[in-house]
Amino acid sequence: MSFWKKNKPPGWLWGALIGILFLGVGILQGQFAVIWRKAVMICMECIGIG
Amino acid sequence: MKKLRLAVQLIFTILTNGYTYGYLNGKIYQGTLKYACVPGLNCYSCPGAVASCPIGALQALLNQRGFQIPFGMLGFFFLVGSLLGRFVCGWLCPFGLVQDLLHKIPFFHKRKRLPLHHILKFGKYAALLLFVCIGSVFLFGGFAKVPAFCKYICPSGTLFGAVPLLAANKLLRSQVGGLFFWKLGVLLFLLLLSVMVYRPFCQYLCPLGAVYGLFNRFSLVQIHWDKQLCISCGACEKACPVALSVSQISHSPECIRCGKCIEACPKNCLHFFHRKPGEDSNAGN
Repeated sequence: MSFWKKNKPPGWLWGALIGILFLGVGILQGQFAVIWRKAVMICMECIGIG
Repeated sequence: MKKLRLAVQLIFTILTNGYTYGYLNGKIYQGTLKYACVPGLNCYSCPGAVASCPIGALQALLNQRGFQIPFGMLGFFFLVGSLLGRFVCGWLCPFGLVQDLLHKIPFFHKRKRLPLHHILKFGKYAALLLFVCIGSVFLFGGFAKVPAFCKYICPSGTLFGAVPLLAANKLLRSQVGGLFFWKLGVLLFLLLLSVMVYRPFCQYLCPLGAVYGLFNRFSLVQIHWDKQLCISCGACEKACPVALSVSQISHSPECIRCGKCIEACPKNCLHFFHRKPGEDSNAGN
């Protein structure tokens, strides 16, 4: 227990690990394909036309 | 440090917006790099953009039919935020660079903050919640959901996307209407304000800055304050462009890690610091 307290991983490492986990879930759900489909068409809303 | 930061900002902006063919022909890059996002606010409809914008990508996921938790973008924000925090704003954001350059123009009395800063600083959280999150889920244009922040506010999209695209593409130019002029007004207002106030968009409106600010307290990249060396001369506070006190530097969600405090310190008691595992986050306080 005291070893765990002394060697507690820093907050950024937990954040990065959660990030990698979530990224993996996003990839498996095909979310980056959704992003790609949006990003390769001219976004009319972004340029103030749509 | 000042020159290094400017060089990094310029190189990163050129690298991530280097699709020259797009500028010449009024088209955008359609390759596989757009599966990935750049860390800063960089419109994916910029003709030069070679990757996606994180806020645009988040809205694209929220704009889908039904509702799905946007794990992909949450993961991206956790990863980049935990590693860099608002270092992204200070060093890697193209729109931040534009505001930095405008603030160097020697007109007007320069201000670090707007009056009512203590209230206005929450504007970026309001933009994140109301426009990026709620707006993208519940606001419809016809039968489709709309990316509300991109559509009504994003000045980066107008500057890097709309202006060069409309300049090179006659067909798009013919479709310009009231919305474009609203967005152009927002852009011009913010650009003019940037000459007087330091980075008004980053301080008061940017939803991406709001997200990364949440990670500032524990991100890997920190500015460490060695209190024992400090002579309390106030040079760092004077140099800080967003008027933070020495105890707030680095931990505050407003700190963009520009490094001006490090440069100003006569005793070298501030420095970029990668925290060692297990070290107290307030080691310098």
